[in-house]
Amino acid sequence: MELICPAGTPSALEVAVNAGADAIYCGFSDETNARNFPGLNFSREELGEGISYAHRHGVKVLVAINTFARAGATDVWKRAIDDAVGAGADALIMADVGMLAYTARHHSSQRIHLSVQAAAANPDAIRFYVESFGVRRVVLPRVLSVPEIAKIIKEVSCETEVFVYGGLCVMEEGRCSLSSYATGKSPNMQGVCSPPSHVSYREEGDKVVSRLGKFTINAFAEDEATAYPTLCKGRFTTSHGTGYIFEDPVSLDAATMLPGLRDAGVTALKIEGRQRGRAYIESVVRTFRQAIEALEAGEAIKTGSLIAMSEGQMTTAGAYRKTWR
Amino acid sequence: MPKPDATISPLPHALSLAMRPLPLWPLQPLLAMFVGRIRTRHPGMFERLGEHSQKRFGLKPTDLPFAFVLEPKPSRPVAVATRQLPSNLDARISGPLGALLGLVSGECDGDALFFSRELHIEGDMEAVLALRNAIDSVGVNLLGEFLAELSPLGAPVDKLLRGHPPQRPYAGNARKGTQPWN
Repeated sequence: MELICPAGTPSALEVAVNAGADAIYCGFSDETNARNFPGLNFSREELGEGISYAHRHGVKVLVAINTFARAGATDVWKRAIDDAVGAGADALIMADVGMLAYTARHHSSQRIHLSVQAAAANPDAIRFYVESFGVRRVVLPRVLSVPEIAKIIKEVSCETEVFVYGGLCVMEEGRCSLSSYATGKSPNMQGVCSPPSHVSYREEGDKVVSRLGKFTINAFAEDEATAYPTLCKGRFTTSHGTGYIFEDPVSLDAATMLPGLRDAGVTALKIEGRQRGRAYIESVVRTFRQAIEALEAGEAIKTGSLIAMSEGQMTTAGAYRKTWR
Repeated sequence: MPKPDATISPLPHALSLAMRPLPLWPLQPLLAMFVGRIRTRHPGMFERLGEHSQKRFGLKPTDLPFAFVLEPKPSRPVAVATRQLPSNLDARISGPLGALLGLVSGECDGDALFFSRELHIEGDMEAVLALRNAIDSVGVNLLGEFLAELSPLGAPVDKLLRGHPPQRPYAGNARKGTQPWN
């Protein structure tokens, strides 16, 4: 299985290459990708240099142009597609059907991967993208169990890629409006979930209180690990008590699921975290490279070494291992 | 939520107490040289900050009796040492010296330090994120590079401060195929 790794900066790209990535995914410094954070991402020149560096080391570069093009501004997305193709991107990661059609029409030999943002979670949806736009690989949403993934793979002709580590969107990838509701900005349109311009962490008494826009997301006691201020992982008080209604603040870690994912026929394993620093990239990529090598050698996969990198210092196998709560 | 698991050891309290009477003026020319060198060698770092290069950042090592104020203007970046952080800052970042140095060297992940409660951030989160990403984008240990230029003793001092040996590149890259996809 291939290891697909994130890079938010050129230096992170080099770190990922040197830590054992088979392919790197990255994006331009604008709203065309789903990690549009300040100080992050690549200029056109940096992308060209990054692709050259990666190719010299036998590593591929996938460019995420995976937000949904804004009405009246589709030129921004089309320019990003043209420039990524011109720079020699090995594949484009896309979600918007209009931009998929543009790429298929104007760059017919360009390899296209379907972004998780497209939320294609059944064979019919995947077939539509394959037949309509020549999509070669689908990144599956993090809502499927391993048996469900195996069933899909049997019914589709394209490759599949699944997330194995990092930030965990719950249930509604590509369709989530929580961030938009709270801040007016979303990963789908502006490339930001819980934009930092709307985030605050304040010490109030003996607690640290996180807020997103007008919403209080959490209050962490002194002896608790903190987490991102996302509404889907907030701690709220309802008539049933106080707790995490949608999901705990945790990171996905599917290291223990690798044998099942391999047996299901998954092509590639993806690490989330373009917004994270070089230390995260180095640590997570190296750990999963070792896990893949252990899997291929028939050895036990070491787990638990990435707790410090995980949101809330907790991990979960997510939907891959569905259980009742 | 689990108890936060700290990864950085703070400096001994006795050391902090011993440093309290020391004057700050010898630090000022060193800090000026440090940010000046970054501007010369890594101008892209300041450009990455965009509008946030006009912000004022307070950096407070919680295990030292002084703090720093950083103004990362691309044309003339300024860093000064101060006993107390002023109130008119856009953002404050505090944590053990080892954590702050780890961010500058790229050996610590800012989010991980935040999860573990070793790093505390107040104020303009967008500006802090931009600063973190800009520093991380440089791809070298800024402090180590400066110390190495400053004196022959710089490299060993840097090694002592960092504590982590650099990782070797993945050997399997040499075996990878270069078959193009397109």
